[in-house]
Amino acid sequence: MTDSPLLAVDNLRIDIGGGKERHAAVEDVSFSIARGETFGLVGESGCGKSITALSIMGLLRHPLSLGSGSSIVLDGQPIHNASAAEMRSLRGRRIGMIFQEPMTALNPLSPVGRQIAEMFVLHMGMGWKEATERAVDSLRQVRVPSPERRVHDYPHQLSGGMRQRVMIAIALACSPDMLIADEPTTALDVTVQAEIVDLMRDLCAEKGTAILMISHDLGLVAQVCRRVAVMYAGRIVEQRASAEVFKDPRHPYTRGLLASLPRLGARSQHGRQRLNEISGVVPAVSAFPRGCRFNPRCGARTDICTIEDPQTTPLDGGQGLVRCHHA
Amino acid sequence: MPEVMDKTLLSVEDLKVHYEVGGRFGTRIGAKTLRAVDGVTLDVKPGECLGLVGESGCGKSTLALAIMGLVTPTSGRINVAGQEIGKSHKPDREAMARTVQMVFQDPYASLNPRQTVHRTLADPLRLHGVDNKTEVEHRVAEMLAKVGLRPEHAGRYPHEFSGGQRQRIGIARALILGPRLVICDEPVSALDVSIRAQIINLLLDLKDQLNLAYIMISHDLGVVEHMSDRVAVMYLGRLVETGQWKEIFENPRHPYTRALIASIPDPFLPATLASQKARGEIASALNPPPGCHFHPRCPMKQDRCVGEAPALRTMGSGHDAACHFA
Amino acid sequence: MKWGTNLWVGGGLVGVSILVGVFADVIQLADPVTSANLMNAEIPPGREFPFGTDAQGRDIYSRIVHGARISLTVGLVSQIANSIIGVTLGLTAGYWGGWWDDFVSGLTNLMLAIPSLIFALAIMAILGPGLVSLLIALGLTNWSYSCRIARAQVLSLKSQGYIQAARILGYGDLRIMFTQLLPNMLGPLIVMATLGMGGAILAEAALSFLGLGIRPPYPSWGSMLSDAREQINTAPWLSVFPGLAIFLTVLGLNLLGDGLRDILDPQSKERTA
Repeated sequence: MTDSPLLAVDNLRIDIGGGKERHAAVEDVSFSIARGETFGLVGESGCGKSITALSIMGLLRHPLSLGSGSSIVLDGQPIHNASAAEMRSLRGRRIGMIFQEPMTALNPLSPVGRQIAEMFVLHMGMGWKEATERAVDSLRQVRVPSPERRVHDYPHQLSGGMRQRVMIAIALACSPDMLIADEPTTALDVTVQAEIVDLMRDLCAEKGTAILMISHDLGLVAQVCRRVAVMYAGRIVEQRASAEVFKDPRHPYTRGLLASLPRLGARSQHGRQRLNEISGVVPAVSAFPRGCRFNPRCGARTDICTIEDPQTTPLDGGQGLVRCHHA
Repeated sequence: MPEVMDKTLLSVEDLKVHYEVGGRFGTRIGAKTLRAVDGVTLDVKPGECLGLVGESGCGKSTLALAIMGLVTPTSGRINVAGQEIGKSHKPDREAMARTVQMVFQDPYASLNPRQTVHRTLADPLRLHGVDNKTEVEHRVAEMLAKVGLRPEHAGRYPHEFSGGQRQRIGIARALILGPRLVICDEPVSALDVSIRAQIINLLLDLKDQLNLAYIMISHDLGVVEHMSDRVAVMYLGRLVETGQWKEIFENPRHPYTRALIASIPDPFLPATLASQKARGEIASALNPPPGCHFHPRCPMKQDRCVGEAPALRTMGSGHDAACHFA
Repeated sequence: MKWGTNLWVGGGLVGVSILVGVFADVIQLADPVTSANLMNAEIPPGREFPFGTDAQGRDIYSRIVHGARISLTVGLVSQIANSIIGVTLGLTAGYWGGWWDDFVSGLTNLMLAIPSLIFALAIMAILGPGLVSLLIALGLTNWSYSCRIARAQVLSLKSQGYIQAARILGYGDLRIMFTQLLPNMLGPLIVMATLGMGGAILAEAALSFLGLGIRPPYPSWGSMLSDAREQINTAPWLSVFPGLAIFLTVLGLNLLGDGLRDILDPQSKERTA
């Protein structure tokens, strides 16, 4: 075991568009994930969390492009300038992925067993016969009932939860170092979501796979991930241990977000209290405000917030950070 | 209107809505019966918010359509503010429109992209006989102010608004005819997290101001707990538990209700609840399990649950649950 | 908003033919029917007759200018008829569903299975040649495309919240169809109608060529081509100019249809209202 992190993202910038119409959709984003660690990126639509994940997988496509100076290092090896072929061999073998809507990520014309087996054939050089046997094992691991029969099913024959299990089986087939899960349960019912999240967490813990989970649901991320980064308008505004964020959020955005959600049990304890509203709307990429990007919606805004971009301040003895003039 | 406070605004009695699906050539050959709603009884009093909780396929949307008179019940009866809806009672659509309205989940698909806000609000008024031009203008302006939009917004088209503002327009449209019951179908789940509080607060304010009754359909139990006076939990077409919100959340009796609460991703949830999750997946309403529909997923399953469907039994004041072991 | 070259070129060509048709009486050099003079028969294009003359000595340029009027009338009127029939059937079938939908879909498929030109020929044979019967024949035979598009649009729009909201607000079915559905499906229908106009003009030419369309001596591009087929070797200008007129107008309509599709496509709906 080395001390170097499994994944180090440093000074990440992602541009959208080109020429005069170029805007930085993600800027100055840095974080690292250790081996076997669970890390969450939380934010609302348009905050840049999903494209951050895409950039790690080397899947940015026009009009998105990686800004100069960005560095993404996987296990000591820079991958921000890797070729398409190198990234292809990395994906699946070292980085597994699951997405929000498994139906679009699975090939509708191929039985799910074959799609799992393909991973073994492609990345581990197995023969189809052996790979198919391994696919049955994989399905058993993701707790699909009667996996021997299910390997022959096509995606449309499975329920949403079962399809997401298949996606997890494919993602973890080659025991990758890291699993990237982008809103993995948003399309699922709540009771099914709970099961899928547990499954993902247990399997990764068993295999020592690190998780990078992306979601708009702070509670969900906190349940899976030890550490979490909250993103707003293309930046990380607060990055800490999940428990700390819940207990004592430091950035006004995080604080506002937590206070704006009706938490179960709150009404029993304190009676019905008016929810705290965050005024305004999430800004568009082309209209990020000057200074602190949250300032037009912030209750604690002072003059400096509208002029100067806040730098990060370390928290919790260097374990966390917050980007606010007043934290 | 204090004298009608105790009267029920909506009462649904043993409502069943069944569909024949898969019949070939317009006949019933090979058709299956989808029991979307299968014997639901509930009522809503004026000014009350009933939280209706359940996952996809539980029949809550069909129930909502039936209450609005948009699907014909197979059996049972619905009474909304004195109007009967039943198998042979086609409701008067215009009269229904002035009593029951709906707020939709998706603020993008629920507004006509080719209509200005003004037209969206003024057309229904004209249709319902408000001919006086100044009165139409007055009521549109008043409604815009109520939902927190500015007068100049009236001339704009939906694409000029953000999701939260669109949802305000949707709420204004639902309230323009002065209904007494509003069905809110997941009104905040398609919105950005930081916008949800605005809409929840607005809905609660309007409820108090206008003495509205809500049926709040949601899978987000935090929202349901916050807004509801009473809660009804549905599973595969049947009610499995109803009661005062405090009873349901503090002392849930049905294992499905407990599983729902346990599924809430909240790191501060008490550990006793977190251990009561459900296993497996929701069965298809086309082919529900025999006996108690929940038994294949239930941690407390016994032989009796397979053979015998439990009826709703009272657990205490106004708290009912349909479980043999509750 | 970016307007493609298709739209400009197509719109230009169509615009020119419309102007020519409208002002035919002004820009003609001679009367297209009565100026027959056998002394001038089959004169090649030159200074006096820019497009030459035909076997009866009539100025081809003037006949083409008047032909534009007939071609565009045929295209426009028959497409309006097709659109009204097709949209009404498709809209109601998609909205109401049930046996009416089955019936309309069956009828549409039946129409698509019959070659429309043959069907139009049959109608013409019954009604006899002439402009009115031509309009009836072409107006009744091509509605299946707009019907299908209208029906598909309704099926996808029907589940949108605002349609449901309209029902809940107590709107009647017809009001929903005409105020809520129709305005939101006009884009593809306009594209369809534009492309269909090109088809109708070609069909008119074909029917007139076969002698079932516009009757001589009235000038239609198709009948001019038909008359010219004997002299294609000796007097090619007799067929070249009507052919060119048909080609450019239909090309213009097709380009215009493509261009309209680009701007009316729901995905580029950044409309400034």
